Amino acid sequence: MSLYNHPLKAKEFVRNDERMHWHDKALWFVREKRDLASKSIPEWEKLRTYAAQIKSHTMANLDKYLLEFEANAKKRGIKVHFAKDAKEHNEIVYKILKENRVEKVVKSKSMLTEECRLNPFLEKRGIEVVDTDLGERIVQLRKETPSHIVLPAIHLKKEDVAKTFHEKIGTDEDNSDPSYLTNAARENLRQKFLNAQAGITGVNFAVAKTGGVVVCTNEGNADMGATLPKLHIACMGIEKIIPRAEDLGVFTRLLARSATGQPITSYTSHFHSSVENGEMHIVIVDNKRTPFLQSNSYKNALNCIRCGACMNTCPVYRRSGGHSYDYVIPGPIGSTLGSFRDPKIYKTLSFACSLCGSCSNVCPVKIDLDSQLYTHRQDLREKNIISNKKRVTMQFAVWLMNRPLLFSFISKLARKTIPLLPKAVIYNKYNIWGKHRDIPQMPAKSFKEIYKEEFKND
Amino acid sequence: MKVGLFIPCFMNELYPKSCVATLKLLKKFDLDVEYPMQQTCCGQAMANSGCSKDMKSLAYKFVDTFKKYDYIVAPSASCVTMVKEHYEPFFHYNEDYNKVKVSIYEVCEFLHDVLKIEKLNVKFPYKVGLHNSCHGHRTLRLGSASELNIPYNNKLKNLLNLVEEIEIIELQREDECCGFGGTFSVSEEDISIAMGKDRIADHLNSKAEVITGADMSCLMHMEGIIKRDKKPLRVMHITEILAGEF
Amino acid sequence: MTSKEIILQNIRKNNLVKDLGLPSYSNFGIKFDDPYSKFNQMLESVGGKTLFIKKEEIEDTIFNLFSKEKEIASNSLYFKKGNFFPNEQEDAHLLKNIDVAVVDGNFAVAENAAVWVSNKNNRHRTLYFIAQNIVILVDKKDIVHNMHEAYEKISFENISYGTFISGPSKTADIEQSLVIGAHGPKSGYVIFIE
Repeated sequence: MSLYNHPLKAKEFVRNDERMHWHDKALWFVREKRDLASKSIPEWEKLRTYAAQIKSHTMANLDKYLLEFEANAKKRGIKVHFAKDAKEHNEIVYKILKENRVEKVVKSKSMLTEECRLNPFLEKRGIEVVDTDLGERIVQLRKETPSHIVLPAIHLKKEDVAKTFHEKIGTDEDNSDPSYLTNAARENLRQKFLNAQAGITGVNFAVAKTGGVVVCTNEGNADMGATLPKLHIACMGIEKIIPRAEDLGVFTRLLARSATGQPITSYTSHFHSSVENGEMHIVIVDNKRTPFLQSNSYKNALNCIRCGACMNTCPVYRRSGGHSYDYVIPGPIGSTLGSFRDPKIYKTLSFACSLCGSCSNVCPVKIDLDSQLYTHRQDLREKNIISNKKRVTMQFAVWLMNRPLLFSFISKLARKTIPLLPKAVIYNKYNIWGKHRDIPQMPAKSFKEIYKEEFKND
Repeated sequence: MKVGLFIPCFMNELYPKSCVATLKLLKKFDLDVEYPMQQTCCGQAMANSGCSKDMKSLAYKFVDTFKKYDYIVAPSASCVTMVKEHYEPFFHYNEDYNKVKVSIYEVCEFLHDVLKIEKLNVKFPYKVGLHNSCHGHRTLRLGSASELNIPYNNKLKNLLNLVEEIEIIELQREDECCGFGGTFSVSEEDISIAMGKDRIADHLNSKAEVITGADMSCLMHMEGIIKRDKKPLRVMHITEILAGEF
Repeated sequence: MTSKEIILQNIRKNNLVKDLGLPSYSNFGIKFDDPYSKFNQMLESVGGKTLFIKKEEIEDTIFNLFSKEKEIASNSLYFKKGNFFPNEQEDAHLLKNIDVAVVDGNFAVAENAAVWVSNKNNRHRTLYFIAQNIVILVDKKDIVHNMHEAYEKISFENISYGTFISGPSKTADIEQSLVIGAHGPKSGYVIFIE
């Protein structure tokens, strides 16, 4: 069910209080690990500044760097493809697979292929696609989408996983021990790796100067998928380019620490050619990325390195879950990306934020996420996408506030009348504030009145 | 030094006690404080709802009202943030606004950074939890946000530490948002309430008797939940403690 | 127009991003009084183990660690006593039963317990991942403090593949509980050779 209505979906998530709090605590724990890891590096804030600088420099010269990357990759025998949108991306991947007569594919985590909906595209054409990241595998078996970009199954408890694995891969129904379940998935997926004729991976960084791509995982699933079969297809958005190998020093130090608090991912693999007698392809995708470069307000959003730190720190995400966003990427970064791409559909996302600003502080590339969400709200008003009721209410409030005497009069009336009203009248169904909150006690006098009487000219 | 006192509209109507405390606190330091009577609202609620375009007139009114003062001081970090950070689009290279922008202070920031006060001569023999409101904490930088790798400082705490017999309790989550967020408190009611309850629980678990902070709006939201749920906690604007007015 | 041309054109059209230049990293980044102890501490924190031994102790050490394992593969210059020879296999899939892979690491990084592994004489990249356990041998003098120094040491000119390995493979995808041994090795030793 896709509602595209964050508050409604959030209501569902919050209803299960125990699970909501479990979710909140699990992610808060990750944030705390991130804090500790970042504080172990004295030059942390400088690293963030460097990362933002490198990304901005790259985006400013993206055409140049894409060409440089393509030329250098080609020199290494890698085949480079460009796709302007999701459809073309899927078609390119399918064509490569078909030419190689591939029937079984193992895939490692790639938010881009989620965005392009590659799996259903290939499955419809008779190709088996197995997601190999454990979290992704779990949600794939449950026919769900990832609820987090680094922790795809964070919305599930181990009992849920036990049930799914029991049904799909025949594990013991009552055994929900994470080690047991992980090991069962390992055995199951090992066969998938051995039988696959191609591996599809995402890309964390593509280095213009060297013409290679870097893929970071903890599980080693991308590596298995890219080193066992002869065919490796790496899919990346245009924004994954970085200029030089030495810039990887900055990003490899930031990525895992920001994501999970680890010092680095278990594997940081640099692919600069195919395996022996194999083929390596890179598909570079735009899919509505270039318009960000033309927006002063939102251009920084393209700098994202998909660490997920903004989700872990977001007090709203932690309590509403990733699926409440109904966008391929949830949390603060997803809200700004989604709002920019399709403001009509994702009109509730910029409001799914208390503007606390913690996301911008944890962001390793310093995206001004909270400002962007504030600006999206203004844009929605500009485009007349916010509700008329809200607009008219706000316009009335402004009208009133421009009339201090009238405002004082009405407020005074309210202060005098409200205490006389029966509770049922005050806490009626239209008083959303009062559903779970008492309204403040009404004082006899306003400060303005007190000031006039007691302080003026003293 | 002429100080213009800016009182947020809802505080004026609903929390006059905190406003009086702010005024008395400033007067303690022999300042020439004036409350301009024609002031109303900074327009924050409207702007955060997306309607900054509609509240331009309030911004002009604000600047017009306060431009003559050497300092503008307000007991609200979020309203100060509104004026400082979000008025820019309405005033391109406007001298009056530029003056207002640099002379507006949240009251604690003013006491801490401008007056650099060292003494208060007040007592507050209670266990107090400090709620670092997000706008004050992360935008005005009244304290170092826990996410950043920068030296620890907290101007509100520094001021509270001048109060005798006060016990500032440690929270599990030092600077988690309370979930008020302006119209967020209504448009995302379920999340707002959940966040508020968690924030209150953190204070209760640490045996706080009072929650204080520099934003009455956050405190009003938590007070509403505390009263509804009949929890043994009070909220109090930080100026009430610092002025000894409680 | 090809898609490539369309994309490039869209990038050039009204690109508002300001070019802030690129940073340089000379002498940048944390350094440690004792990089070996930092390495050891970090490797333990990610589920691996560090050993310091003399060259002549290598064989005994490995056989003691893995006395029960059957298939021991090596492409190491230090350790030639394996009983499985990955480079002789035509098909990488034949590496599937390897219990222990002993490989040479080029250098270690203290700040995160990563070891740069990039051997031109290793035929199958999958060796590092498909083995149930991995032992990486590193010359003790080859250690750097941080990733900036690490990338300074690597020239990609003649490298077709290389990977930083930090500990065994792991996952925390089920309820955030850390499980060592996801798809790759279930244990990861780094042995510094003195």
